[in-house]
Amino acid sequence: MKKVLKTPISAQDLEDLKVGDVVYLDGTLVTCRDVAHRRLIEYGQELPVDIAGGAIFHAGPIVREKDDGSYEMVSIGPTTSMRMEKFEREFIEKTGVRLIIGKGGMGPETAAGCQEHKAVHAVFPGGCAVVAATKVEAIEGAEWKDLGMPETLWINRVKGFGPLIISIDTHGNNIFEINKKTYNERKSSVLEKISEQVKFIK
Amino acid sequence: MEKEAAVQSLTDTLAKFTAYIGKRLPTDVKEKQAELRAKETNPMAIEIFDVMAENQDAADKLDRPSCQDTGVIQYFIQAGSSFPLLGELESILEGATRGATEIGPLRHNAVESFVEKNTGTNTGSKIPWLDWEILPGEDYAIIDVYMAGGGCTLPGASTVLMPGQGYEGVAEFVLDVMTSRGLNACPPLLVGVGVSTSAETAARLSKKAILKPVNARNANEQAALLEDLLTDGINDLGIGPQGLTGDNTVMGVNIESSARHPSTIGVAVSTGCWAHRRGQIKVNADLSYEIISHQDVQL
Ligand code: SF4
Repeated sequence: MKKVLKTPISAQDLEDLKVGDVVYLDGTLVTCRDVAHRRLIEYGQELPVDIAGGAIFHAGPIVREKDDGSYEMVSIGPTTSMRMEKFEREFIEKTGVRLIIGKGGMGPETAAGCQEHKAVHAVFPGGCAVVAATKVEAIEGAEWKDLGMPETLWINRVKGFGPLIISIDTHGNNIFEINKKTYNERKSSVLEKISEQVKFIK
Repeated sequence: MEKEAAVQSLTDTLAKFTAYIGKRLPTDVKEKQAELRAKETNPMAIEIFDVMAENQDAADKLDRPSCQDTGVIQYFIQAGSSFPLLGELESILEGATRGATEIGPLRHNAVESFVEKNTGTNTGSKIPWLDWEILPGEDYAIIDVYMAGGGCTLPGASTVLMPGQGYEGVAEFVLDVMTSRGLNACPPLLVGVGVSTSAETAARLSKKAILKPVNARNANEQAALLEDLLTDGINDLGIGPQGLTGDNTVMGVNIESSARHPSTIGVAVSTGCWAHRRGQIKVNADLSYEIISHQDVQL
């Protein structure tokens, strides 16, 4: 059975989730990436959207403005979450966000923030932007439009948004950190094997 | 054809082609992904491969860019010295980028450095980026379009090794890129490696390497051996699609090289993500054209 999270999300909703679990989202999903994080954390500007108990998406979509002034989501996929690592712990604390969706892993600071304030980070498969766009039922608002199309805070109503693979859970586990260790351990034996066969400079 | 009309016509063709490649993957890339999906044994990886395939079908049906990051537009041009619009090509390609941005629609991805403003047109100083090679005496042009997305551009790296580090050092450099930023570049990746004399010559060649077909094999046996060893070696790391583990991490490893200074080994890596949006078109002197990278295209 598909596990579905609905906004507003509570700490209890996330308690049993473990890294590697797959979930889907119903409710409100706000795009929020580099400059929005910077404005909140470095410049102390208030986010123009209340995302307490909410979900953010590290994404910069392609949006089409229709003739009547409303918006259509054309293509929306995750961007590299690691760029937000610098800000995310404080971001979680300040906003009360519960679900952070992006691409690739995040680091120890975010993992600490997730544990302290009961939030999770999840991966939506990168580059699958049309699948994601078809799960957006409507764009209900747009804030900080001065930042341009990719950085605007697009407020989306989504249904069955996923698959979302939990990469940081509320217990301090970080799937990418665990995997990275394995990859690095394997690297030395792989390198040894290659090195034996490429001694072309004699 | 009057020159003005010819310029307009080629601009339109290349605008349509540029927008097109954002929606449909090249034939070789598509086939490779189906092949990797069939070989994959890791359940998480299989699920991700399936969402990727579903995404390409949806992009095709809805006629939309398959990944929202339609990148910075780069053109790699091999122009015949007698190609009739040689002098106009630069402005034609700028026009094509503007046109594609509207047709796509493409995301606005050109931020003017230091001014720190998004131009909103995907054009800016030296953008679209053009890379030129002249084909002496020929009258046609072959143009490779590449959408350089942020995620797949980030792992790009180049350095100069000492000869003592040898090709072992080259392999280590490539593997280090893979286990660091490569993870987040949406694997399975096409990995381009440049081996050359300095940092920037290697970097350029590494980019040219990912414009080659995914199954390309270097003509030099030793280089081809290194391609194979790196392909197997990176797959053995178990990074998998999206870096979430799996058997298949690369679509291939392509090496391009040049001669070099005896005291240096310039090495560079460029990565193309699974949504490897490149296209190759040949434009003849009479402006008829042939699309090489994709089958059955209607522009
Ligand atoms: S790395 Fe490629 S597929 Fe992934 S988000 Fe960037 S452009 Fe899209």
